[in-house]
Amino acid sequence: MGMTMAEKIIAGAAGKESCKAGDIETVTLDRLMSNDGTTHLTIDMYNNLKNPHIADVDKLVWIVDHNIPADSPKTAASQKKMRDFAREHGIRFYEGEGVCHQIMMENHVRPGELIFGADSHTCAYGALGAFGTGVGCTDYLYAMVTGTSWLLVPETIRFNLNGKLNEGVYARDLILTIIGRISANGANYKAMEFAGPGLATLTMADRISICNLCVEAGAKTALMEVDDIALEYLKAHGREPKAIFKSDEDANFAQVIDVDLSEIKPIVAKPHFVDNIVDAKECQDVKIDEAFLGSCNNGRLEDLRVGARIIKGKKVAEGVRFLVVPASRAVYKEALKEGILDTFMEAGAMVMNPNCSVCWGACQGVIGQGEVLISTGTRNFKGRAGHKDSFVYLASAATVTASAIKGTIATADMV
Amino acid sequence: MSESFTAKIWVLGDDIDTDIILPTEYLAYKEINDMKPYAFSPLRPDLASKIQPGDMIVAGRNFGCGSSREQAPEVVKALGVSCVVAKSYARIFFRNAINNGLLLIENQELYDQVKEGDIAKVTPGKSIEVNGKTYEIASLPDNLMEILNAGGLVKAMRKRNGLD
Repeated sequence: MGMTMAEKIIAGAAGKESCKAGDIETVTLDRLMSNDGTTHLTIDMYNNLKNPHIADVDKLVWIVDHNIPADSPKTAASQKKMRDFAREHGIRFYEGEGVCHQIMMENHVRPGELIFGADSHTCAYGALGAFGTGVGCTDYLYAMVTGTSWLLVPETIRFNLNGKLNEGVYARDLILTIIGRISANGANYKAMEFAGPGLATLTMADRISICNLCVEAGAKTALMEVDDIALEYLKAHGREPKAIFKSDEDANFAQVIDVDLSEIKPIVAKPHFVDNIVDAKECQDVKIDEAFLGSCNNGRLEDLRVGARIIKGKKVAEGVRFLVVPASRAVYKEALKEGILDTFMEAGAMVMNPNCSVCWGACQGVIGQGEVLISTGTRNFKGRAGHKDSFVYLASAATVTASAIKGTIATADMV
Repeated sequence: MSESFTAKIWVLGDDIDTDIILPTEYLAYKEINDMKPYAFSPLRPDLASKIQPGDMIVAGRNFGCGSSREQAPEVVKALGVSCVVAKSYARIFFRNAINNGLLLIENQELYDQVKEGDIAKVTPGKSIEVNGKTYEIASLPDNLMEILNAGGLVKAMRKRNGLD
């Protein structure tokens, strides 16, 4: 019996020839990412161990992105703790340079690696053929101290992508459609693998956006086959693959799902569940108070270009706040050079520094009671973006920008 | 962990996410005890004050979906919840709960059969008895039981290394 990509990566990390779904393996991690959401808790636990040490400090990457710059004495204290510890132990440390997953994609992730991130959207790294999975701070601490952890080898749902997305339809619409189809726990404990001829039509930005959101279907990880587009991205960022894996033809998949990209339409996920999807046009009566273009899901240059093309020469609707948040400093600088940020500001948008922003309901742009946000963020849970009685709709960069112009939920062809 | 206990049931629904279990704005609080009053507040603002140590939670599918914030299972544990019984769990929450010594039980039937306030007798790894009916429950794998019995992963590590 052949092996899936996920099985091959885990077998390698366990120092074995093979493994299969359902096995529990002890694995050595290639990289360990943590951000300011929980690192302070990891440090407290670390300091509580007797004679603690870090197994391999070169594998650690710590990134302050959730609350940067600090917005209260509480967050300042937790970030100071993180900064001081990183300095003392020589941990690779980023602050103010971008959202953690974007930094990891730009600077660290390599195909074939097994990566723990103390953040649920770590599954984004599958866009480069790496097995990224989210863990809590205790699992993170264990891996940081021992260099290892245990993993249940996941079953794989394979998505065969065919065709091409139509003009005005984006990767975000595709992944929301898939989550809607399989439901918010449709891939629980499983790997979601994407392959097929349609993959070649998707940019790296598209691929990151797709893999990033797979945790919203419960997935343990997302994986994409590594092709020339991925290798080019890697090379442009000065890195080489660790190993390139593909699922064998006779690999055992829990499910194989064919997806015709040409059938995907602009989609909106309505409150309060990511799988609560409808055709975006069905929401055109929904009035919005705020729009957010950014996050680890859609804050890349390609997303900002889409938004800028739509809003150029137009204005943000009266009474609407429009937050534009590039995912990293590199994205910000490039967008500045291309005049994209000028376009947004002339239209009346607020352009913020790279951070997680309102996607996680802290830091900035938090919404009040009864307010409606349309967002390229990752989640629309009850209270996610602020007051418990507020409403978050998730959509593509195009739909979010069009809605900011119109003041009600709209697709790009409506403005 | 195999000793029986009785517990009063609180019933929650499907897809109870980590932002409901503990909203973002309270994550920066210094101590887990400071976060306790806000557990489940977007859904049921008064629930945290009503839960008594030893009570249990029964829920539907996908309990704990969402964020990897470990404060979520920590705060449930801190409220004194003896166990959670759900149809299924999101995987990050599942690991985090075990790592914090919070007992999770997967059961397909219970959620549809009980109501809030019912009293159940729970025998971990064996059964749950409630309203005159007995529901069999599976035991967790040995490596997870070792962690649970120690009260969490850090405590299990300390024990394994002979520190406690």
